[in-house]
Amino acid sequence: MELIKELPEIFEEFAEQRKNSFLNIKQLKDKGVPIVGVFCTFLPQELPAAMGAAVVGLCSTSDETIPDAEMDLPRNLCPLIKSSYGFAKTDKCPFFYFSDLVVGETTCDGKKKMYEYLADFKPVYVMELPHRQTEDGYAAYRKEIIRFQKVLEEKFEVTITEDQIREAIRVRNREREALKNLYGLMKQDPAPMLGMDLLNVLTGAQFKFDKEESIKELYTLAERIQKEYDEGKHIEKRPRILITGSPIQGAASKVVKAIEDNGGVVVVYENCCGVKSVDELVDESNPDVYDALARRYLNIGCSCMSPNPHRFDLLRRLIPEYHVDAVVDVALQACHTYNVETIGVKRLVTEEFHLPYMSLEVDYSTSDIEQLNTRMAAFIEML
Amino acid sequence: MRNIGIDSGSTTTKGVVMEDGRITDYLLLPTSAKPAESIQKIRRSLHAETADRIVATGYGRKLLTEADKKVTEITCHAKGAAWLSPGIQAVIDIGGQDCKAILLDERGQVADFLMNDKCAAGTGRFIEMMMRTLEVPLEEVDTFAAGREPASISSMCTVFAESEIVSLLAKGVEPGDIALGMIHAICRRTAYFARKMKLRGEVFFSGGLARFEIFRVTLEHYLEMPVRTHELAQYAGAIGAALM
Repeated sequence: MELIKELPEIFEEFAEQRKNSFLNIKQLKDKGVPIVGVFCTFLPQELPAAMGAAVVGLCSTSDETIPDAEMDLPRNLCPLIKSSYGFAKTDKCPFFYFSDLVVGETTCDGKKKMYEYLADFKPVYVMELPHRQTEDGYAAYRKEIIRFQKVLEEKFEVTITEDQIREAIRVRNREREALKNLYGLMKQDPAPMLGMDLLNVLTGAQFKFDKEESIKELYTLAERIQKEYDEGKHIEKRPRILITGSPIQGAASKVVKAIEDNGGVVVVYENCCGVKSVDELVDESNPDVYDALARRYLNIGCSCMSPNPHRFDLLRRLIPEYHVDAVVDVALQACHTYNVETIGVKRLVTEEFHLPYMSLEVDYSTSDIEQLNTRMAAFIEML
Repeated sequence: MRNIGIDSGSTTTKGVVMEDGRITDYLLLPTSAKPAESIQKIRRSLHAETADRIVATGYGRKLLTEADKKVTEITCHAKGAAWLSPGIQAVIDIGGQDCKAILLDERGQVADFLMNDKCAAGTGRFIEMMMRTLEVPLEEVDTFAAGREPASISSMCTVFAESEIVSLLAKGVEPGDIALGMIHAICRRTAYFARKMKLRGEVFFSGGLARFEIFRVTLEHYLEMPVRTHELAQYAGAIGAALM
């Protein structure tokens, strides 16, 4: 990232980062770097990172391959699952193409069943994710993490040492701190930037494989944004929206656009493209490194957990911290767990905070853009 | 002050002139395939050139480039309904292509709303299609369905319901019973949808179907709450826009 560039240009670069990484991944592959493709944020990226692998996110966010996926999968299934399967099947995604191993977890029903058939095209390993954040759950996930390490060691014929894992944890924790420092800028009112720009940075950063470089960039960018903010360069005061629910990068970011085109600003993303997957650090002082990883990762407040108190605790913290005026809860179509949980989030937002709440069910198509615009415009007129 | 509100809906375009808090003129035209033309016709007929302020609402609101302001139909329906019927606490609007339920606060402002805009099920379009299948003009629905026994209609999909009606007709079921069955189906669906919000007090019924008493009565039956409407209920959105 060159400092002479204007902020909009830098945001644009982050937005293009995923595509730009297509070339990087090929170069890494040519150099013999192992590539591990992952889906959910529950996967401890420290393990593949410890053996020097590049870790790449495979959750697909475009409707391009959904028709291909629907030849095999039911239509009434989450678009993220269909899209991901479709990209693997058609080999249209270079990240899938170059992945030496694809790792899934038993998160939601749709994903875990899809992985069974994804294995027809790709080498797939599925981690068994417990669905309760109890001592038994942590212990089970700890075992599963050790099992995953063995899979990596056998597949790539390496040995992963504890020191390597600890080093990877330190790097990832520093990356988390850098991300938190950046999105934390949005606590300021008026907001320093649009939520769409923030989303592009958060998403783009996931596709930077040189973490040291990425950490440096994130701090430089945050400093730059704050400097301009202090000079009075920021967006006008707008109603402040928190987004929670299913992941919304790519096609589903139409919700963010509808909010911001109609006069609001998304100040914080609780979902797994934002705070949910970054907030908690791995405990570096825990003598049992696997226990530290298990606790940190299993604590993620995804709706596939039952019950799912961490999502609600996080919302309770973020709403006041970010001076939120209203909450928009986005569930991808047929994402049962997030759809069911809308009732709990609605109660929290309206009864505990007395704030307006809206839930939306969206897919990856553009057919509902106008209806979304009307809904979001009316919601913001209400504030 | 001479204010004009124009509501460009999916089926009809409505215009209202308000002068010093009173309605002095109003007009309704079919939206047709050229919504911009319908808007301009309304604008000319209501002498918009002499207006102090024009506010546009409805699906086609962005087409009125001359508008001083564009406001969503949710906000406008709430405002217009509260003006037509002071004291109401909720609005149910069955429009041509969607259905809205709006909760008002004590100041008559939108407190919460729900929109069903995914398909034509439970909208004015559904009733229009069904009446066409029965070959009865929509305007006669009140007398046509009066005193009938509602036939059971299980499908709410506009396409499937049409084939269901065809098979009921083939079985010799009275068309009037089928019409009342459809009215029950649409009102039951709307009531369940609206009751996702905590409705209280009196509900105002707006949109094109509010012209027909049988819809108001049936909606009241399923909501188990008093439902009010007004002869100008179809203009609620345009009135709200004129009040912005």
